[in-house]
Amino acid sequence: MALQGAAAEHVAAVRRLGARAIEVRVPSDLEGVGAVVIPGGESTTMSHLLGTSGLFEPLAARLADGMPAFGTCAGMILLAAEVLDGREDQRFFSAIDISVRRNAFGRQVASFEADLDIVLGMDADSSLDDGGLDDPFHAVFIRAPWVERTGDNVEVLAEVAPASNPPTGVGPNSVPVLCRSGPILVSSFHPELTADDRIHRMFLDMVASGHTG
Amino acid sequence: MNSGPTSTAQSGASTPSDPQQAATQLVGTVRVKRGLADMLRGGVIMDVVTPEQAKIAEDAGAVAVMALERVPADIRRDGGVARMSDPAMIEGIQAAVTIPVMAKARIGHFGEAQILEALDVDYIDESEVLTPADEAHHIDKWAFTVPFVCGATNLGEALRRISEGACMIRSKGEAGTGNIVEAVRHLRAITGDIRKITQADAAELFDWAKQLQSPLGLVQEIAETGRLPVPLFCAGGIATPADASLVMQLGAEAVFVGSGIFKSEDPGPRAEAIVEATTHYRDPSVVAKVSRGLGSAMPGLEMEGLETKLADRGW
Repeated sequence: MALQGAAAEHVAAVRRLGARAIEVRVPSDLEGVGAVVIPGGESTTMSHLLGTSGLFEPLAARLADGMPAFGTCAGMILLAAEVLDGREDQRFFSAIDISVRRNAFGRQVASFEADLDIVLGMDADSSLDDGGLDDPFHAVFIRAPWVERTGDNVEVLAEVAPASNPPTGVGPNSVPVLCRSGPILVSSFHPELTADDRIHRMFLDMVASGHTG
Repeated sequence: MNSGPTSTAQSGASTPSDPQQAATQLVGTVRVKRGLADMLRGGVIMDVVTPEQAKIAEDAGAVAVMALERVPADIRRDGGVARMSDPAMIEGIQAAVTIPVMAKARIGHFGEAQILEALDVDYIDESEVLTPADEAHHIDKWAFTVPFVCGATNLGEALRRISEGACMIRSKGEAGTGNIVEAVRHLRAITGDIRKITQADAAELFDWAKQLQSPLGLVQEIAETGRLPVPLFCAGGIATPADASLVMQLGAEAVFVGSGIFKSEDPGPRAEAIVEATTHYRDPSVVAKVSRGLGSAMPGLEMEGLETKLADRGW
C-alpha cells in the first residue's frame, strides 16, 4: 500500500527476497495482489486517503477473506482491532486482535534504536523457525506505537522495555512490539529502514506456507 | 540538547533472566532522525498559526503541521524581525493534533532551537522565512537530539546543510508568494546536478566537491546512490493541487504548503485536494478531479516585484 509513507523501502526489501511487489493506491491496483504490506507513515493520513481513494472497503474485504498482511508502525495501527490515542474517525481494519496505542513511546526526541530478541513461540509452525532469527534484530522505532492488549490467538514475538513506564496490565517492564496471528504480522518498528531482511523473509514464508496459525 | 547520539540505559528493575531489560536504547541517531523524514514522504506538511487551523490540517490528511505565528505571506507584508513562535502557541498546537508538530528557528539561532527541543517539537526548520540571527554560521545540528530540516536553492547548499546535520532538505522556493517558479528552479538545480554527478568519473568528483563547496564524501555518496542522503521535499510557493503534482514529478518526495492553504478562499477543501494530488500525482485524472471548485487560490506575487527575496538568506 503506497498511499503515503515509506512504501519504497518495503518494495525494495520484498524484491531483494525475490518476490514481486507493486505499489497499491487505488482499488484496481489490488487485482492480482496476494498479500499486502502496509508501511510506516502517518496513520491518520493513510486513514484519510483510504477513504478518499476508495481503497478501504475492497482492502478490508480481502483481509476478511484471509489475505496475508504485514504492517509496520502506522501499518500496525491500521491492522489493529482497537486504536488508543487515535482520532475518533480513524479507519482501521481489525485484522489482528490487538489494541495499539499511537505514539506510545513519545514524540520524536524519544524515537530510538534497540536490539530486539525475537522469540518464536513453541506452538509456531516449525517451518517458520529457521529464519535465522536467533541473533538479535536491530530495530528502529519512530514515534512508535506499542501493543497494549493481545487477544488469545496472538503470538508475541518480541518485546521492548520502554524508557517511560508502560501502562498497568501490559506487563511490568515491557510491551509487545512484534506480533503474529494467523496470516497477519505487525511490528511497532521499521524493519524496512535497515538492511536486515529477516522479518520480511518471515512474512514471505508465512505467505508461501499459507500459514493460518 | 546533548552532545550527539545518546545511549540511555534502561530505567527500572533489571533482571538477568530477561535479556530485554539489559538492552540499550539509542536516541537522536541519524537513522531515527532521517527515519521520521522518511515516514513523512508522500505527504503534505501545512503551516498553521492556531490550534483550529491545525485541526483543519489534520482533518484534511496532513502528515505534519508547522506551528508558526504568522504565515510567510504575512511576514512578508508586515516586515520587521521575524522570530521563533511563542512556546505557548506551539504547545497549543501540539495539544490540538496527534500528528508531528514542527516549528521554525532563525538561521544560526541555536538558542531558539534549544527552546524548541525543550518543547519536544518533532522537527525544527532552520528557516530563511525568519530573520537570520547569524550571517556566517548555520546551527550545528549534530548537537541536537531533535532532527532539523533546512532549505536549499542548489545542491551545494543542500550538502552543506547535510554536513551540518540536517536530516531533511527542502527547496526554499520563495515563501509567501504563491508563485511556484523559484521552487521549480531549486528542485531542478538540485536534481539536475545529482544526475550529472552520477555520470562523473572519480577525478571529476573532486572538482564537483570544489565547485559545490561541499564535502567530497557526500559528493561521492551521491555519485553512487543517485540521490541525496536525506529526503528531498519541496517548499515555497505551492498554492494548488497542480503545483503539488508538478513538484512531485520533478523529484520532490513530499511538499510543504505555507501560505497556500490558509490564505486561500476555502482552506479545508484546498488542503484536502493538495493532499490527494500529492498521493496521486502520477494520475492526472485524480488531480483534475480534486482541482475542481476550490474557490480562489491565494493571491500571487511576481518575483520582480519583491522587495525581499527570502531565498537569498542562508549561505
